[in-house]
Amino acid sequence: MRCAIFEQLARKPSPVGELSARLPVTRSAVSQHLRVLKEAGLVTDTAEGTRRIYRLDPRGIGAVRDWLDKHWSTALDAFAAYSDAQDEDK
Amino acid sequence: MSIAPIRRTVTVKAPPQRAFERFTQQMAKWWPPSHHVGGEPFHEIVLEPRAEGRWFERDQQGREAQWGKVIAWEPPLSGKHGRVLLAWQLDASFKFDTDFVTELELTFALDGTGTRVTLEHRNLERYGDRAAELREKLDGGWPGIVEAYAAFTDFEGAR
Repeated sequence: MRCAIFEQLARKPSPVGELSARLPVTRSAVSQHLRVLKEAGLVTDTAEGTRRIYRLDPRGIGAVRDWLDKHWSTALDAFAAYSDAQDEDK
Repeated sequence: MSIAPIRRTVTVKAPPQRAFERFTQQMAKWWPPSHHVGGEPFHEIVLEPRAEGRWFERDQQGREAQWGKVIAWEPPLSGKHGRVLLAWQLDASFKFDTDFVTELELTFALDGTGTRVTLEHRNLERYGDRAAELREKLDGGWPGIVEAYAAFTDFEGAR
C-alpha cells in the first residue's frame, strides 16, 4: 500500500482525503503510511489552507546531484594538478 | 521533475591533444583513488578509445568493475577542439546498470596555449525516475541514495 501511495504522489501531489478516495484504504491508514514515508525522507508536505498537500521529496535526488557535483569538482581539480605537473617536469 | 546538469570547467597548461590523451588514457593517474566502484582499489581505469568502447576499472587481481561506455569519441585532431561523450551507468547506489544511462560530456578547447576542459553531467532526473521505478522494493530503493550520500559526506569530513 505504501508503494501505491508513493506511485499516486509521483503522479500528482495530493491531500490525504484524495489519496484515500483513490485507494482501497481508510483515511487513517493513509495518514499512517504517509508518516512512515515522510520519516524515510521520501515524501514531504506543505499546508494549503486547512489541508496538507503531500508530494515526493526531491531531496532524494538532490543528494545524488550534490554527491556528483563534489565528485566532479574533486576529479577535475585532480586532473588539472596531474596534467600541469607533467608539463612542469619537462 | 527536471534536475539541472552539473557543469564544471578547469584550465590546464597542456594543449588539447595532450589534455585529451591524459584525461582519457591516464585516468588512474589522477582519478581520486577512494572513488572506486569495485571491492578493491583500482589499479587501472580503462576507457577504450572508440565509440561503443567500454569504461571500467580493473583491480590488481585483474577483476573489472564496469562504469559505462563511450558514446562519441572525437579527439582534438585539429589541435583546437575535441570531445568525448560518455555514458555514466552507475546508479544511485554505485552499481553498474546497463539499462541506466546518464550522459557525461567532456570538451577540450584550445585556450591560449593551454586547454579549457569543460564537463557536463546531464540526465540527472533519471536518478529520480529510477527511484520511482523501484517502488516495489521501496525500502531498498530511495533510502539507498541517502546512505550513499551520507557515506560520501563522512568521507569528505574525514579528510
